[in-house]
Amino acid sequence: MSTILAFPVALPLVGAAFVALTDDWTPKAVKEFPAMLIAAATVAFSTVILVRSERTTLVHWFGGWHPRHGLALGVGFVAEPLGAGMAVLAGALVTASLVYSWRYMEEAPRLYRVLMLVFLAGMSGFALSGDIFNMFVWFELMGVAAYALAGYSIERLGPIQGALNFAITNTVAALFLLFGTALLYGHTGALNLAQIGRSLAGHHAGGVVIVAFTLLVAGLLVKSAVVPFHFWLADAYAVSPVPVCAVFAGAMSEVGLFGIARWYWTVFSGPLDPHAHAVRDVLLAMGLVTALVSAVMAFLQRHLKRLLAYTVISHVGIALCGIALLDSKALAGAANLVISNGFATAGLFFACGVLLREFRTVDELLLHGRGRALPFLGVVVALAAVALVGVPYIGSFLGHSTLDEGATEHGLRWLPPLLMLATGISAGAVLRAAARIFLGWGPREDSLLTPEPPDEVPETQASRPVMVAVTAVVVLIGIGLGFAPGLEDRSEHASDRFRDRQAYVERTLDGKVRRYGPPAPVVLHRAKPSSIAYGIGALLIAIATAALGLYRRRVPATARRAGARLLDPAVAGLKTVHSGVVGDYVMWITVGTALVGGVWALTLHGP
Amino acid sequence: MSYLPYALAAWLFVVGLYGVVSSRNLIHLAVCLTVMQSGTYVLLLAIGYKNGGAAPIFRPTRHKAVDPVVQALTLTDIVVSVTVVALILALALGAHKESGSVNPDEIADFSG
Repeated sequence: MSTILAFPVALPLVGAAFVALTDDWTPKAVKEFPAMLIAAATVAFSTVILVRSERTTLVHWFGGWHPRHGLALGVGFVAEPLGAGMAVLAGALVTASLVYSWRYMEEAPRLYRVLMLVFLAGMSGFALSGDIFNMFVWFELMGVAAYALAGYSIERLGPIQGALNFAITNTVAALFLLFGTALLYGHTGALNLAQIGRSLAGHHAGGVVIVAFTLLVAGLLVKSAVVPFHFWLADAYAVSPVPVCAVFAGAMSEVGLFGIARWYWTVFSGPLDPHAHAVRDVLLAMGLVTALVSAVMAFLQRHLKRLLAYTVISHVGIALCGIALLDSKALAGAANLVISNGFATAGLFFACGVLLREFRTVDELLLHGRGRALPFLGVVVALAAVALVGVPYIGSFLGHSTLDEGATEHGLRWLPPLLMLATGISAGAVLRAAARIFLGWGPREDSLLTPEPPDEVPETQASRPVMVAVTAVVVLIGIGLGFAPGLEDRSEHASDRFRDRQAYVERTLDGKVRRYGPPAPVVLHRAKPSSIAYGIGALLIAIATAALGLYRRRVPATARRAGARLLDPAVAGLKTVHSGVVGDYVMWITVGTALVGGVWALTLHGP
Repeated sequence: MSYLPYALAAWLFVVGLYGVVSSRNLIHLAVCLTVMQSGTYVLLLAIGYKNGGAAPIFRPTRHKAVDPVVQALTLTDIVVSVTVVALILALALGAHKESGSVNPDEIADFSG
């Protein structure tokens, strides 16, 4: 029964129509429930697909258009564990968000619920689809829903600016995808991923393939917000309603990363495999720059949502490094990082929402010490920060250690320390904000931090117990994934399958079913001593960063002045580049694409 | 077939991109996006075009036909892009209401 593959998409879409239709007649007391139930049911279906796909890859051809003689005729969905897992993650976060936002939206709550469901359908479709044009359509669908959600408070200028920057940059990205898709279709006559992959395999990478690859990757790099394609993200997150931010942060950027891995391994790995080092070097360099630059940007923010937005970008950079290594261990590491960081960051955004409700601001300096009234929330926030650090056996540690092992196997011993540094700085920024808000440490003024965008409309009707409970649950899931037994082996096994183009193509086009052994035995993850050292190192860096942020004035004046002379121009430069003007952002996208394409044009050619 | 349609597609795409980068008016910027989009339409249709090909209707007689898939893609894409442009125009309207301007530089409320 492969029809189940249609449900993660069909259910939220039909559900969205149902909610739009019936919302006005639904009694006020139960108005919120249909959308929640639909989202929860979607998660249930995705989970069933995930469990089944661990045994064998599932394929569903819509309308019964099965391939004939190895030629794809229709549009198909293909589920293997990583794709299905992505759909589960998206569904879980949307469900948590809908529960969290119980009575949250005072204006147009009906549209909010409908848009969230459509957004979920877009993400699930993108994760499961096996057809490149179909993926483009899902990309656009999730995009349109996301732009509308970002600009939800359209009566204020901030959200309008954020949503416009988001919509314009991501539409340009979508056009890149479409252009690349058209080139691939012209070159191979196929839209099905497996079909394109089969027809490209065994040939050298020609000009058309390289241009198409560049455009497709660049489009997804915009979506996942990799430097220098990332500028829109902080603007959009800073102004979106908190429950929306949580889903953006936990699932949307990661969907973009997933697409890069999917397209590389299924479509392009044939012709590009002889040049894998060139693909690896470019993506790795971008991932590293993203991880480090955004960690520093996070440290410079006082607006909590903007601070978290930059930590999201930093995590995207780290996960991109995992994908860039082009090997199963590192890919599994990236996948685990995406899940645990996704939940922890979503929890932090939820915590912002509670602060916004109680104190009507999310400005770190204005909130100085006021969080003492909410000790439980403070503990939850601290736990989430620890999960982000990846302290041994907690939260993102599993992902980090697997990624580190992958990097070490490739002889890239310098990579883990740099990732540790990025993780430490961005988590340190979160710790600093938490210490200032919940403990009242540090001064009330800090000229280093970027002044905040104008404040939010607090949603006072929302129920605080529900909000805090959802926050705590989401953070606990993020923490627990660090020591989930067997997760490491399963994700590595899933990554092996994800990278196996031959199996994917034969399953999709020839219907050749492969059974995979029973799930790996449930064993506790055993980290190498070096990974444990990196985990502790990241924690120390985070604490040092937080302390520097809070107590910079206690550093001797001479050292402080020397540091300022050295760093001030760089900080000022970074802030100027993030100009908030959309034309500049598209310029950066163009320059970035040209650079990436130029490097690949020189290195990917020939046998 | 000649390379002209491909050159035209690339030109429309790049000139639209230049417009998006340099635009000082959100309405104009939305139009530039549709110019870029037109580039992809021309590309798609050029890919499916065959000299002397007719519409892909094979009854009563079989004959040389252009590729219907790209036409379906183009139609789908037109529908999708209408949604996006409508949304951007709505946001531009909102920006004008709030700030009296549709210049992206002037509505930049925050940065850094």
